[in-house]
Amino acid sequence: MKLDRKFGIFGGQYAPETLMNPLKELEKALIEALQDESFMEEYRYYLKQYVGRPNPLYYAKNLTQELGGAKIYLKREDLNHTGAHKINNVIGQILLAKRMGKTKVIAETGAGQHGVATATGAALFNMECTVFMGEEDIKRQKLNVFRMELLGAKVKSVDSGTKTLKDATNEALREWARTVEDTFYVVGSVVGPHPYPTMVREFQKIIGEEAKIQIKEQEGRLPDTIIACIGGGSNAMGIFYPFLEEKEVELIGVEAAGLGIETKKHAAAFAEGKIGVLHGMKTYLLQDDNGNILPAHSISAGLDYPGTGPEHAYLFDTGRAKYVSITDDEAVESLIRLSKTEGIIPALESAHAIAYAIKLAPKKSRDEIIIINLSGRGDKDVQSVANYLELRGGHHE
Amino acid sequence: MNRIQERLEELRKENKKALITYMTAGDPNIEQTEKLIYAKERGGADIIEIGIPFSDPVADGPVIQAAAQRALESGTNLAKVFQCIANVRKNTRIPIAFLVYYNSILGYGVERFIRQCEEVGVDGLIIPDLPLEEREEILPYIKSFNVCLIPLVAPTSKDRIKDIVQEGEGFVYCISSMGVTGVRKEFHENLEAFLKDVRSVTDIPIAVGFGMSSQEDIKRLLPYVDGVIVGSAIVKKIEESNGDEKVTEEFVRSLKAAY
Repeated sequence: MKLDRKFGIFGGQYAPETLMNPLKELEKALIEALQDESFMEEYRYYLKQYVGRPNPLYYAKNLTQELGGAKIYLKREDLNHTGAHKINNVIGQILLAKRMGKTKVIAETGAGQHGVATATGAALFNMECTVFMGEEDIKRQKLNVFRMELLGAKVKSVDSGTKTLKDATNEALREWARTVEDTFYVVGSVVGPHPYPTMVREFQKIIGEEAKIQIKEQEGRLPDTIIACIGGGSNAMGIFYPFLEEKEVELIGVEAAGLGIETKKHAAAFAEGKIGVLHGMKTYLLQDDNGNILPAHSISAGLDYPGTGPEHAYLFDTGRAKYVSITDDEAVESLIRLSKTEGIIPALESAHAIAYAIKLAPKKSRDEIIIINLSGRGDKDVQSVANYLELRGGHHE
Repeated sequence: MNRIQERLEELRKENKKALITYMTAGDPNIEQTEKLIYAKERGGADIIEIGIPFSDPVADGPVIQAAAQRALESGTNLAKVFQCIANVRKNTRIPIAFLVYYNSILGYGVERFIRQCEEVGVDGLIIPDLPLEEREEILPYIKSFNVCLIPLVAPTSKDRIKDIVQEGEGFVYCISSMGVTGVRKEFHENLEAFLKDVRSVTDIPIAVGFGMSSQEDIKRLLPYVDGVIVGSAIVKKIEESNGDEKVTEEFVRSLKAAY
């Protein structure tokens, strides 16, 4: 087995020399683990018994009827233990860390979902865990900070730069360079230097593999369209990947348009970014003329990242997947709508995918099928939504 | 040969070693950067390393991160840094290397950047996030202009050292310890052995950096290298004195006294 360092021109290993041999060791260990049936069996065991997989592919009948177009299915990653898809990847990486003899793990987190998942995995496998989180995000996501601490993790506040996910990632990379001899860096999305984007995709592709089987069971055929939100893009890559070969399936990634692309306060790297290098990878990034990275904005902390995973950049350039964007307003509106029509409160991140589906479904015929990756639940976001609605001065019915 | 190679060659002939000093361009402002270069030269610096401020400097510790932030806030950009070096070149031939993150080069355009380096008189590039595996992207341009690509090796590089130094020019930048730039109490436990390893596979000069802050550090490591790089300790002095030339000059002179 050989893993490609790049996806076309994207990805690669633009990392400090100190990390290069550790990255090679990681790649070697990953290849061995992926081919080792007992490792994969253990991974699947925890996904089943601990995470609660397979989770349902739920036919959203009410929403479908309300929209009067394509049939909408929801892949229920929100029902996983810890409430999002992040745990799939964490289980894989922590098992790998154990196999490599590491005793400590570190992670970066934006909204806190990946931090909570990593703290959970570390508690389960008895590892020391430190999570880097931007000072701004700590303020926005107090509950998740407490959850991580409850799980025994140390949360380190990052006050450099924009004090959000981008800077938490910088600090985790710096810490890893200091401690790489005994520490495993659990990256939370399909980003970073090779082999991270590939590794995270391998540990997330279970989403698409299940969805493929489930849709065939329920509909006897493949879907026409798959929609997923994208910050770094791990949930999207997870559901897209097993369908890449099925050329007739349309793949749509939804970026955060924040206050609107024209306001410059957004996180839509495909809408307005250009190719550059950050966090060890070449990809599309929001940046100024001097190559300095611009702050991203989204109401959803999980999409608040100025770039995308390199494999998405490749899918974008080759046209295999299409990328669109949804504003804060549209996302909140969709969160409320799904809550009321289906009794499911989606994460603000996932609400971006739902918002796009709500636009798209009525334009499609009733025999077409859309799968939305419902990547996480919205419990963590209720305070943000309440604040948002209060700020806008309006009440929703 | 360019100015870095010439200076190191001269020093070697005289059986002397180089003091390489770092500062971030535009800290506290770009006008002062020019004056600080002269101050360092007066203090005895042999090579000046200039950091291009970048929004996400992952190889740097808190002191240099803060300097980059101050520089960006003072409005520093590549055009201003190039202009500054062009001004400096009217007054001195001291060798100058840029410490520059790859995205700053990409954003400007690789060929345009390296051409401009040659034009204004920048002699070398240290690119902390462009390792062996990715440097092919820029090697053709490095070869067509008179600018050295200074390779970095780390204590974890081991079997990679040989390949890394192969296309290297100017000097080899040996990273003293794990982690990022910044003053520290301890270097990597096998630092001396690591420096000997590097020495054994290359004929170009080698210099050690990351965490060098005092005469003691310099004295300890000089026997193994051709030069010592001092970064954060100087940046700290610049920060504390708000870019005072006299303070910087004196500090550089005190470091040079260890040679």
